[in-house]
Amino acid sequence: MSVPTRSRRSLPSSPLAWVAATMLASLVLLALAGPLVWGAAADRPDPSAVLQGPSAAHPFGTDNLGRDLLARVLTAARPSLLLALSATLLGAAGGVVLGASTAVVGPRTRRWLATLINLLLAFPALLVALFLAVVLGAGAGGALFALAVASVPGFARLAQTLAAGVSGTDYLAAARVLGLRRHRLLRRHVLPNIAEPLLLSTTMAAGTALVALAGLSFLGLGVQPPAYDWGQLLNQGLDRVYAQPLPALAPGLAILYAALTFQLLGEVLAGSAARRAHAPQSPPTAPLPATLPAPLPVPDGPAGDDHVLQDHVLQVEDLTIELPTPAGVIRPVRGVSLSLRAGEIVGLVGESGSGKSLTALALAGLLPEHARVGRRTHRLLGADLTAMTRKERHHHLATGLAVIFQNPASALNPSLRIATQLTEAIRTHRGASRTEAAAQAEAALRRVALPPSLLRSRPHQLSGGQRQRVMIASGLMVRPALIIADEPTTALDVTVQRQITELLSDVRRDTSAAVLFISHDVALVAGLCERVLVMYAGTVVESLPADRLATATRHPYTRALVESVPDLTADRDRPLRTVEGGPPDPLAPAAGCPFQPRCPHRRHRCAEDVPALTDLDPGHRVACWYPLPAPAKATAS
Amino acid sequence: MTALTLCQVTVRYDGPHGPVTAVDGVSLDIPAGTTVGLVGESGSGKSSLARAVVGLTPLSGGRIILDGREVGGRTVRARRHLGRRVQVVFQDPDTALDPRMTVRQTLEEAATAFRRLDRRARSERVAGLLDLVGLDPRLADRLPRQLSGGQRQRVAITRALAVEPDVLIADEITSALDVSVQASVLNTIRRLQRQLGLSMLFIGHNLPAVCYVSDVVAVMHRGRIVETAPTTALLRDPQHPYTRALLTSVPILNAPPPGEPAAPALPALPALPALPDEKLS
Repeated sequence: MSVPTRSRRSLPSSPLAWVAATMLASLVLLALAGPLVWGAAADRPDPSAVLQGPSAAHPFGTDNLGRDLLARVLTAARPSLLLALSATLLGAAGGVVLGASTAVVGPRTRRWLATLINLLLAFPALLVALFLAVVLGAGAGGALFALAVASVPGFARLAQTLAAGVSGTDYLAAARVLGLRRHRLLRRHVLPNIAEPLLLSTTMAAGTALVALAGLSFLGLGVQPPAYDWGQLLNQGLDRVYAQPLPALAPGLAILYAALTFQLLGEVLAGSAARRAHAPQSPPTAPLPATLPAPLPVPDGPAGDDHVLQDHVLQVEDLTIELPTPAGVIRPVRGVSLSLRAGEIVGLVGESGSGKSLTALALAGLLPEHARVGRRTHRLLGADLTAMTRKERHHHLATGLAVIFQNPASALNPSLRIATQLTEAIRTHRGASRTEAAAQAEAALRRVALPPSLLRSRPHQLSGGQRQRVMIASGLMVRPALIIADEPTTALDVTVQRQITELLSDVRRDTSAAVLFISHDVALVAGLCERVLVMYAGTVVESLPADRLATATRHPYTRALVESVPDLTADRDRPLRTVEGGPPDPLAPAAGCPFQPRCPHRRHRCAEDVPALTDLDPGHRVACWYPLPAPAKATAS
Repeated sequence: MTALTLCQVTVRYDGPHGPVTAVDGVSLDIPAGTTVGLVGESGSGKSSLARAVVGLTPLSGGRIILDGREVGGRTVRARRHLGRRVQVVFQDPDTALDPRMTVRQTLEEAATAFRRLDRRARSERVAGLLDLVGLDPRLADRLPRQLSGGQRQRVAITRALAVEPDVLIADEITSALDVSVQASVLNTIRRLQRQLGLSMLFIGHNLPAVCYVSDVVAVMHRGRIVETAPTTALLRDPQHPYTRALLTSVPILNAPPPGEPAAPALPALPALPALPDEKLS
């Protein structure tokens, strides 16, 4: 595994990791050196000191032949650990091959294998181990084999579950199409991708195996005298545990110590695996800035934006969001201002990572707990949300605005009937009675052209388009002044998309609610909205009437974005316009205009100063030092 | 140059409520060196068709013919025979590449799947392939998670091209990408198709993107192909009501200002109830 995070991996990072590493090192050392150093003392009988208690010469006492028990416990580390590890590895190998091969075999064989694993799992592992140990005859080899076989089903099930995740991936499908043979699929694609969790559970299982083997030896089924391991010593010490507890306790403590080591090791490995999984999925980044970048200058709004705009449903000034990530604090939204009048439909367009969805979540007060939000003004229906208590704000947001999400399947609770989900909000926030609420729910469903009989259905009985209609109906229940629709049609087919956008237009016309329509689809927004805000790297780079999107954009990014969309009349012999490069790294924002590195029109100033959103003419604002010239015909309308 | 012909291809699955016919007797002809677009909405069976053509899903009926010879079969040998000539690129750039393998390992695996190459030839091949799709050769030693979505999708395309196939199936290869990235991937695939003389089946739900790369477009609806026509003819004069519904639903940038209906009302739309995927007739 050549993951380039070696520096983070090689050194234990937490105190727990140090403890686990030290304990493991002590066990390894003991297993290697124990028999060499104490082996002779452990086997030397001393008829003069039979069955003695603890003394200076024999700290743990002696056994029935007068051998030193401390030396025997220390020497027994090697056989005990070796047996446990071999049993675990043997069981893991068998189980993993059995389980993981379900990902690469044909459907029929897969069914047989799954049935076999289920069948094996039905037998309790310890019972199988005991049974096999008895059948195979008492002895170290028999115990080892019995334990290995008993642990196969558990590993097989784990590997099967993990491999099922890999078998659905496109890369395995692509490898099949390449004609790779099954063992190669297993070795190259399946096993490496399930190795990490398997390694963790193998480590944990080693601890369990150690205890189980000691148990078998204790019962007389494992290691046979004159050989001995910790279980054997425990067995011998137990006869006189009431007279002298220490000879029995010492091997017990050794077992406990070793089992604890493996458990701790597993915990530490699991912890570091989880941390790696949370590492950012973006390209490797430049060194992190030691401190947060200085706050961006507040964009100079036109006069009049700073006081309360009476006819505005929503007014937000200078919204900034900070999110802590394992690699540092990022600011995915930096200084966004927007306002919506009643009955207005405004589009918020941007590509993934532009901050458009986070902006929506911030407006609705739905950001995750750890996000930090800064804004100068945040008014909904004229009320200042920044001055409210948490509870007041929650109530005001819940009754003033509705949010429609991208995926209606996950936004609806699958176990509740539609009626319950529709009436929940008004019963909580408006104190409506059950019959009132039911009547309103029926009206809301009719509003979105769904039959009232759907009230008794559950979400899974509806199609994607119907679910999105239910989401809109649910939003309408509180009679919101503002509807925030976050990519509401992205998961839907194009014919259904058309129906949903028309429904949103109708709702806006009939209820005069303002709609903030968030989308990555420039063409869709251009056809639906009156005004459009274009976001790039957490800032609004252009704000313009929607009918200017096609031909009269002034920001180089907006124009490139618009020109990169193929339409049905596109000339098929000319390449589409593309934007070279990628969006800026959120961890290391550069100075100047965020689009500057990719901009074909950049000049010296662009790399130094951040352009503010400034008015070109009423209704058209652009954040660019050198806006593109407007086409002659575009200033009309 | 190879022609691919699908003849009455049928794919059935065992659904929770009995067998589901995902692809229902589809016949499609992809002449040598041309791109045929296959457009349809979710659940129309287009991805099932793609998986069936490359042998990932067994056929329930029909034949797949490559240059006049029937191909297919369930053995590894048959799959290798097919894989040498027909390759596929999938939709999701997140799972398209093995997260544990570098770009170089992924491409070398594909390049050596059907032929032996020594170390030096392998390295040259990887560099040549990256150059072909316009990727920086320095990306060769990156892992998939260190690449952007567009770069990953290019690597997936490169992997498919590494075996020098005659036919490429592109299954929704741009649907998970941002608009500006989609444009560059579309440009790349169109250039490669012409440059290498590939026969291509380009599957998608985004009608403008499919039309942009395709010479002929087939419209799929509920497991059947309802219309096949040269791209310009299909756009100018769609015959099937479903094709017309699709065309009128596509948002267009140069739409009239809002307030008034964006396009004439759609008589065809109410006739299309939501698709209950399991109850295909």
